[in-house]
Amino acid sequence: MSFSWAKPYEPKSPFMRWIDERLPLPRLVYGAVGGGYPVPRNLNYWWNFGIAAGLFLTIQIITGIVLAMHFNTSTDGAFNSVNQLIMRDVNAGWLLRYAHMNGASFFFLVVYIHIFRGLYYGSYKAPREMVWMLGLVIYLLMMATAFMGYVLPWGQMSYWGAQVITNFFSAIPVVGEPLRVWILGGYAPDQAALTRFFSLHYLLPFVIAGVVILHIWALHIPGSNNPTGVDVKDERDTLPFHPFYTAKDGWFCGAILLVYMLVTFFLPNYLGNPDNYTPANPLATPAEIVPEWYLLPFYAILRSFTADFILPAKLWGVLAMFSSILLLFFLPWLDRSPVRSGAYRPVFKRFFWLLIIDVIALGWVGGSPVKPLTVAVGQIASAYYFLHFLVILPLVSAFETPLPLPRSISESVLHGEEAEAAPTGSKPRRTKTATAAAE
Amino acid sequence: MRFILGFIGAVFAGVLMIAFISNLATYLTNRPAPLPADEFHLPPKEVHFTSDGPFGYFDNRQLQRGFQVYSEVCSACHSLKLVSFRDLKDIGYDDAEVKAIAAQWKASKVPSINPDTGEATTRQPLPSDTFPPPFPNEVAARAANNNALPPDLSLITKAREGGAHYVYSILTGFQNQPAALLKKFPDAKTPPNLHYNPYFANLNIAMPPPLTTDGQVQYQDGTKPTVDQMARDVAAFLVWTAQPELARRHAAGAVVVFFLLIATILGYLAYHQIWDEAKRAVRPTGPLDPENQAKSRRAKAKAGVAG
Repeated sequence: MSFSWAKPYEPKSPFMRWIDERLPLPRLVYGAVGGGYPVPRNLNYWWNFGIAAGLFLTIQIITGIVLAMHFNTSTDGAFNSVNQLIMRDVNAGWLLRYAHMNGASFFFLVVYIHIFRGLYYGSYKAPREMVWMLGLVIYLLMMATAFMGYVLPWGQMSYWGAQVITNFFSAIPVVGEPLRVWILGGYAPDQAALTRFFSLHYLLPFVIAGVVILHIWALHIPGSNNPTGVDVKDERDTLPFHPFYTAKDGWFCGAILLVYMLVTFFLPNYLGNPDNYTPANPLATPAEIVPEWYLLPFYAILRSFTADFILPAKLWGVLAMFSSILLLFFLPWLDRSPVRSGAYRPVFKRFFWLLIIDVIALGWVGGSPVKPLTVAVGQIASAYYFLHFLVILPLVSAFETPLPLPRSISESVLHGEEAEAAPTGSKPRRTKTATAAAE
Repeated sequence: MRFILGFIGAVFAGVLMIAFISNLATYLTNRPAPLPADEFHLPPKEVHFTSDGPFGYFDNRQLQRGFQVYSEVCSACHSLKLVSFRDLKDIGYDDAEVKAIAAQWKASKVPSINPDTGEATTRQPLPSDTFPPPFPNEVAARAANNNALPPDLSLITKAREGGAHYVYSILTGFQNQPAALLKKFPDAKTPPNLHYNPYFANLNIAMPPPLTTDGQVQYQDGTKPTVDQMARDVAAFLVWTAQPELARRHAAGAVVVFFLLIATILGYLAYHQIWDEAKRAVRPTGPLDPENQAKSRRAKAKAGVAG
């Protein structure tokens, strides 16, 4: 339980008391997402995307379990079991499949917003480093799960995507090629690869669910961050999760579901690749092999390394692609600024928006055919990505003068700031923003 | 640690810059030659299909005409492996008609086993069968088509950028190679057995023009069978084969969206009611409350702002 004023669970009926005394599950739920979890009162709508991610994980698991009942795990039958049996003959099979397909995209969409919210408001900083790192583990598991799921319909892009991704491993010196063959169970994607990808695609979502529990558990030790980044001081700064944030999350999840359903019912193939409606053919390489949109920035980084320099270009690309995610694990120690929220960090804020533009540019490059212009943009954008996290962020956090912070959350909510508290470790300074806030 | 990581970042950026400069040098010294497809490939034509857009639906009479074009023209070479005869009930045929269509299917037969001798044989399709492919296997298909493989058409409108518009454009896009193309790329003459079609990715398609003369198919509903009309109808039919659920999906989607809209609005109102109480509990007074005004005055005085 995060704060001393968090209310303990009090059973309302003899039945619930009976249960609680034998299995304190109601107590656990009440303390996790009920009235027993005090949350900062000033959370904005960017804080709703964590719950939305949980919602999409649930949707993916439920639709996935039903789809698996009709899926044929064989290279001869996989494509037809998806495109004939499920899409035509299973009752509402087309809905399950389109919901699962687009559910993956929406899962990544809300997780990306959730991650960038954490980046902007400094949610990765002490004391929430473990929350951040567990979140990254979830993200890595999601990428593995999504990749393997994309292979299952055994279309052209499934097959060639599997070929390209497993080829990364062959870039590793000495053990690379044997490792690739071991992972695939053959020299090219075939029955062995399809069967194991299906098995792991079924397993990993439950591993994700397990890490989600750890992620929430770790979050509930310090409690949620908030848009000011200022620590919770007393009870006036918080509200019980239920009914306040259940109500806010409730209507907001409805709004996200609305967008998701609009895409699922009216533009179900908008985010997909037409080539995946052609059955896998090991003898015909598609003109362009592109992953799903949510992996495009990393694909762009991979393809940006076109020159051999000491190491072969391919190995550079693979190293850089894995590093681009792994470096995020070091973020809590790369960014030394004691101020969490980007709202009070004028220099950081500019670089943050530059990073957003950079990642969107990388996504565009990853999805475009290889042309001199796209390659050049990809190389500059990839270089900025690494410099942003590994060089710029540590320097900015060392030299930036943050704006004055509000003394407490309730003060910032009530707009009655009489004085501004200086953040620890920085010189207080009057700025335009602070004066405007005082008015 | 920060120095090591900063160094790693600088190394990656450095290697990228080496790649950037070497690419730039290659580009400046050795520009890639343009290809005919870069200049002469055309995007699909703008035509209207009832299935277009979020309110798209099917016109069963058009689908039946399209089916007639498929069965009399396309089915000679193109399979429709994912669609069953019974699915035709979806586009307005009744049980007896479907039975008759399957029983009279001329293009190909279904492999079977002679119940008396056990020998391999063929039989007429049943309504529960999928459309039997015109060639027994890929080798036979290529042998009959100058080594080109006619693709299965079940999902063709989902498997090509542009969907029905692409199919229509290919069917009506056959033409002579433009003089400008041959002038600029003298080596790019369409090879024998291929046919120039600017809507095809590499401009030269193996399929000979399938719809050549008006009246190639005699429509039963009296529609004039021009080449344009036949191309439209068969493209519309192929939207249905790829997405037989399209009309049902749109109808169900409207209901789902309506339900979610109401639920979300109710949720939003509930949220406001709950939060208004919380806000009152924290701040029972407004900006005109004397205590708040005094606070505001003090803050302004301290910040050195007039007012």
